[in-house]
Amino acid sequence: MRSKVVFARLLRNRQARYGAIALVLLVALAYIGPYIGPYDWTDKDFLSFLSPPSADHWWGTTTIGQDMYAVTLRGMQKSIIIGLLVALLATGLAALVGAFAGYFGGWVDKVLMWGVDLLLVLPSFLIIAIVSPRLKGASWLWFVALLAAFTWMITSRVVRSMTLSLREREYVLAAVYMGIPRWKIILRHIVPNLSSLLIIDATLNVSAAVIGEAALSFFGFGIQPPDVSLGTLIAEGSRNATGYPWLFAFPAGLLVVLVLSVNLLGDGLRDALDPGSNS
Amino acid sequence: MGKYLLRRLAVNVILVAVAASLAYMLAATTMNPRAAYEGRQPPVAEAVVDATLDAYNLNDKTPVLQRYATWVSGVVTGDFGKTWNGGSVNDEMGRRIMVSLRLLLVGTLVGFALGVALGAYSAVKQYRFADRSIGVSSFVVMAIPVFVLATLLAIGTYNLNRGLGFTLIEYTGEYNPRLSGWDQLLNRLNHLILPTISLSLGSIAFYSRIQRSMMLDVLNQDFVRTAMAKGLRRRTALLKHALRTALIPAATYFAFAFGTMLTGATFTEKIFAWHGMGAWLIDSIQQNDVNAVAAVSFFSAVCVLAAAFLSDLLVAALDPRVRVS
Repeated sequence: MRSKVVFARLLRNRQARYGAIALVLLVALAYIGPYIGPYDWTDKDFLSFLSPPSADHWWGTTTIGQDMYAVTLRGMQKSIIIGLLVALLATGLAALVGAFAGYFGGWVDKVLMWGVDLLLVLPSFLIIAIVSPRLKGASWLWFVALLAAFTWMITSRVVRSMTLSLREREYVLAAVYMGIPRWKIILRHIVPNLSSLLIIDATLNVSAAVIGEAALSFFGFGIQPPDVSLGTLIAEGSRNATGYPWLFAFPAGLLVVLVLSVNLLGDGLRDALDPGSNS
Repeated sequence: MGKYLLRRLAVNVILVAVAASLAYMLAATTMNPRAAYEGRQPPVAEAVVDATLDAYNLNDKTPVLQRYATWVSGVVTGDFGKTWNGGSVNDEMGRRIMVSLRLLLVGTLVGFALGVALGAYSAVKQYRFADRSIGVSSFVVMAIPVFVLATLLAIGTYNLNRGLGFTLIEYTGEYNPRLSGWDQLLNRLNHLILPTISLSLGSIAFYSRIQRSMMLDVLNQDFVRTAMAKGLRRRTALLKHALRTALIPAATYFAFAFGTMLTGATFTEKIFAWHGMGAWLIDSIQQNDVNAVAAVSFFSAVCVLAAAFLSDLLVAALDPRVRVS
């Protein structure tokens, strides 16, 4: 019943509607687009290097004759997958750790707070950049794990503080008196009651992860060639963006539109799920 | 109050130590300074490599903890060790630190001041055209990562300069070393324009959104109405009573936003060819330069905690309740 109300609210929100439509179109472009284009992302056209957009190569070609359209869509697929995986992992981790810390208190809580403070002191970009040379040649899933491992801390702090108040609610106390084990209380009674926060957070984490991935790949710390992501493409394109604008414009434009639509959707979700808040 | 701030300061010093140690450990265990000597022709004898690496405290054959102990004993006396090719980290840091600090300081001030001003203004003009356009543009700006923004600015300026037929805004490097005196200063300011925009635009958007919602909260409260009712001018009531109260949350976000600012500075420095700490981080990671990475981490930890301390001071100055308790 509540989900219906929330969904109706979401549909009425103009921002969220545009965001959702744009997002569906982008995902469709990323996954259906490659079948429509004339070239595969691994193809190299040795007759046209750095050619501007034309009827044959819709978005132009790169220095080594790759079709920009195919490569960019491939990069976007990767960025979307990374964004989704990182958001899921990070929010899940944040929910679990935050709820456990808030529920148990004591030293669990202290350790968590120290972790969050440390993250605040050392930007996660710095830590991932330091560790990343080790990942050269490893699977990109490691990169996802690393990104997720350094995104969850701040949300977990919010989850913790909300758990502190949920812990005193009657239904949680009732569960305690019924003798239900504590981990089960956390999973069954506390985390589901944080779902609106978690859904909002997961959505916004998607865009944060997409930007984070692109930022690290920009310096060569993320996705390694021959694989591509929007970050590696932007890095490549920004080097000679004045001379060959199509190398930069398409990946950068798609990245911005992707992040923007996810943010719009996330903001709309916040309004729909949590009408009281205004941040 | 003084006691509280002192305690915060002590905690901050401990946090810097832990953070820097963590960064050193990470760097020392993941990086391979030996790589610089491998694959040379003629090959360097292993004993020679070992001796050189030992002299720089970079030898991966020495246990990490022992290297860490050597590093710490240096850092305590203010010596950050040697770079991968034997230069002094301190000298290099001395050259670069002001470059970064200037960029960060200007970027932070511009970002905070303009962001707060825009946010407050758009709250006062809620639902008017100004509010909507500020809201939409800050939303768009927040979706543009720094490296895209910096590149866009560079392209725009390139075209502007070409359109004008002369160089209005320069953006490569920090200054033109051939100039001197006033010309030099003007030239430095000119070079500062684009990096400042690229660094502060994101935080302007960030602060304006926070400030708008906080200001809206405050505007509906009784004390603002009272201030107006007792005959204060609207401007005074808004600035002295509403804005001051609404500033407190933005001031607490200050510490948090500074980490993002540091990351942004790394991109800005790299893209606009400034030789600051951020650019050094990227270079030293690529060169397996453990001590330099540790030094940059130390620097960023100190910066973030200084920002946190500053934000504590700011909150204490704005909020009498904090001062009393």
